[in-house]
Amino acid sequence: MLDHELRTMIDEVKDGRMDRRRFVQRMLAVGLTAPMATQLLAIGGVAMAESPSPYKPTKRGGGGALKLLWWQGPTLLNPHFATGTKDQDGSRLFYEPLACWDPDGNMKLVLAAEIPSLQNGGLTADGMSVTWKLKPGVKWHDGKPFTADDVVFNWEYARDPATATVTIGVHRDITVEKVDDLTVRITFKKPTPFWADAFVGAPGAIIPKHLFADYKGAKSREAPNNLSPIGTGPYKFVEFKPGDLIRGEINPDYHMPNRPHFDTIEMKGGGDAVSAARAVIQTGEYDFGWNIQVEDDVLLRLEKGGKGKTVYAVGGDTEFLALNFTDPNTEVDGERSSMKTKHPLFSDPAVRKALSMLVDREAVKKVIYGRAGRVTSNFLNGPEKFVSKNTTWEFSIEKAAKLLDDAGWKVGADGIREKDGKKLKLLYQTAINGPRQKTQAIVKQACQKAGIDVELKSVVASVFFSSDVANPDTYAKFYADIEMFQIPMSQPDPAQHMRRYHSRNVATKENKWQGVNFPRWVNKEYDAAIDAAEAETDLVKRAALYIKANDIMISDVAFIPVMHRLKVEAASNTLRPVVSGWANETDNLFDWYREATG
Amino acid sequence: MSQYVLRRLLIAVPSLLGISLVLFIVLALAPGDPFSELATNPNVPPEVAAALRAKFGLDDPIYIRYLRWLAAMAQGDWGFSFVSRMNVDTLILQRLPATLYVIGSSQILALLIAIPVGVYAATRPYSVFDQIANTFAFIGFSLPTFFTGLLFILVFSVTLDWLPFVYSGDIKATGFRWFVEQIRQAIMPVMVLGLFQAASMTRFVRSAMLDVIRLDYVTTARAKGLGQAKVIVKHAMRNAMIPVVTLIALQMPAVFGGAIVTEQIFRIPGIGSLLISSILSNDTPVVMAVAFVFACLVVLFNLIADILYGWLDPRISFR
Repeated sequence: MLDHELRTMIDEVKDGRMDRRRFVQRMLAVGLTAPMATQLLAIGGVAMAESPSPYKPTKRGGGGALKLLWWQGPTLLNPHFATGTKDQDGSRLFYEPLACWDPDGNMKLVLAAEIPSLQNGGLTADGMSVTWKLKPGVKWHDGKPFTADDVVFNWEYARDPATATVTIGVHRDITVEKVDDLTVRITFKKPTPFWADAFVGAPGAIIPKHLFADYKGAKSREAPNNLSPIGTGPYKFVEFKPGDLIRGEINPDYHMPNRPHFDTIEMKGGGDAVSAARAVIQTGEYDFGWNIQVEDDVLLRLEKGGKGKTVYAVGGDTEFLALNFTDPNTEVDGERSSMKTKHPLFSDPAVRKALSMLVDREAVKKVIYGRAGRVTSNFLNGPEKFVSKNTTWEFSIEKAAKLLDDAGWKVGADGIREKDGKKLKLLYQTAINGPRQKTQAIVKQACQKAGIDVELKSVVASVFFSSDVANPDTYAKFYADIEMFQIPMSQPDPAQHMRRYHSRNVATKENKWQGVNFPRWVNKEYDAAIDAAEAETDLVKRAALYIKANDIMISDVAFIPVMHRLKVEAASNTLRPVVSGWANETDNLFDWYREATG
Repeated sequence: MSQYVLRRLLIAVPSLLGISLVLFIVLALAPGDPFSELATNPNVPPEVAAALRAKFGLDDPIYIRYLRWLAAMAQGDWGFSFVSRMNVDTLILQRLPATLYVIGSSQILALLIAIPVGVYAATRPYSVFDQIANTFAFIGFSLPTFFTGLLFILVFSVTLDWLPFVYSGDIKATGFRWFVEQIRQAIMPVMVLGLFQAASMTRFVRSAMLDVIRLDYVTTARAKGLGQAKVIVKHAMRNAMIPVVTLIALQMPAVFGGAIVTEQIFRIPGIGSLLISSILSNDTPVVMAVAFVFACLVVLFNLIADILYGWLDPRISFR
């Protein structure tokens, strides 16, 4: 459909000349899915409509106990200190943000009364501020009212470097002020198209001012409520044993009608993913198992005649191969993979292109990920509106070989290609994790057939992903030719994710390898697209810019996408969990319920 | 005797100091850092991890960190967990009951099996009973607990659906039901651990008894006309127990360590699983504290063994 036509239609919806449903129906007719159509409206500046909730129970409580199994148990319950998603999951049982993300990546109201939009005055056309209206009558679990002061306090608390919160990055560049008791305004330093960062989703959960005001700054660790949360959520805190157990009970004064469904909630930690899958799917001891990273054939076997099933949520997580654009084997001024070097093999684009053809994504899906993965040719795989349709991929050893032949890489006596005395020998590293080692093996085999010698290396995850400057094996140092992993895309907006590979973020010795552009890929066109997207308030144009950035990445073969990974959870047959690929598993917990019969 | 105990405890201090120093250095030199998860989180600017490192004193030289830890420890301050931001002693105390309950029960089970079976087998060496006991003992200690654990889960939880395989640190039932549930959930881990222990102990008790049973004083006792039971229990067993006590006492800390696997399999919230998760997340203060507790246990059980020697054989005096 033509851009112009689409815009006219969006405008018609905006002015009320066409209703939303008709728009969605028309989009369906041209082959778009309903969520995509609503996304189009959203990026076209039409107020986001809350998607209908799947929640059915007509009264509060009565659902019995909800038993959750997190094989890595939460270790602390303050969203501002949550180092991993497991801690955000735990905090989110009790604390709530202003809004969260539903499975389609749409915004859903929690503590806010309405979604800010241009129409209701919540957003300004220049993208410089957002005004949130809070739901009236919300009470903390101790009976105190929830007001704008609490929201402002969370900003002050998080942005104070002495508090050392992990949410500081979100809060330090914004200004939050109280307009009245139930209204807050967030002001940005520059036009910000993605305004739903602070106070949204599990990391944006809000803690009460009256209990934390004395523990801002250096004393943050001493707050007694760090371990016994008093929030606004559907469940009240009962007990917490770090890494092992969290218990909660129903909040009879919860601010959403008929919610929550369950009378008590328990989150048990520890163990491993396979036995968690077994406890939920096979024996039914637990209702829900988190992050079930288990091979698909094992899950299929467990599901046969079991008491549960696997549940999938689509987000934007992509498993990829990153190619090193600097030379990991030459030291310049005491620094390997220095920006002053060029990778001796990858500086030939033919090698990068050939490599991309040697990654058999279909086989990786079939052998390893099964239902939990989707084959992809893009680096940016969601939300739908940002996904490029311009890219393709193919697996062909012959074509890769021909490409290398044409570029002058001739097969030597040992079966390994070489050119100008340089042999096509590559070091390929990743974190230790079953699926990753299997993928490595699949890629290595294809490379060998094409005359590329690949040496595999696997590093313990706790070292690979650490920021330890002294360790040579971290992903950020990248002392290898290829490395593979996935960086979780934690928001339904690509800005933060795509910004990482801007050339100003290159990881070097100078910034103690804290830069996040670890392949040290520098592309002016890409930088320009990202810069333009970040300042672009026309959302259709902005999406186009991110698609362009993705296409540059792919055509330059800076990254080779391997798999678009879905979130995998296990749930009992009667449980109706609502899990979003764009949010934490517990982010939509208030909508969970149990069907009376399976 | 109290003087002896006091002296032994005083000797223990420098060894514990040495142990703590080695532990600290090894942990400080080990790769990884407690804030590694922050590194891959795009929401978190790198300065935060740096600020946290500075705040928790991770960037100071090792010797300063060690002295700081030692000074705090001397005042009874175990430090706090980087990961949970919670005091380490609270964390350990939360985990201790489950460990003591499961390991204690499994040790009692092991003793209840090993001593009678070992003694009886020794009195009738190479009889059918002895052969069978030996065979089982060999099978028992050849099978690692992670294997038997999984086997038990598959048989008793998955196939028969008799027992739960996720250990719950806190059962909501009250009164008698609470009691039943506690036992039900502990059956599998206790069996797995207890049988493994019993197997090696049986072999040990048997050989210790065999050594003693052939000595002249046992023959003399028999010649005096004492009954078989009295000879075995009063005369032979008492002496045979000396090496057995050594084994059990010195194995105790190792059992705590061996239980790590069992705790992991059955999700028992014990100190073993705490140690594992803390090592994985590089939570140094917790690792230090748990390892130190293990070191103290070694020292303590050595002392208990020595005291028991004196009671079993008065010729071994406390000097």
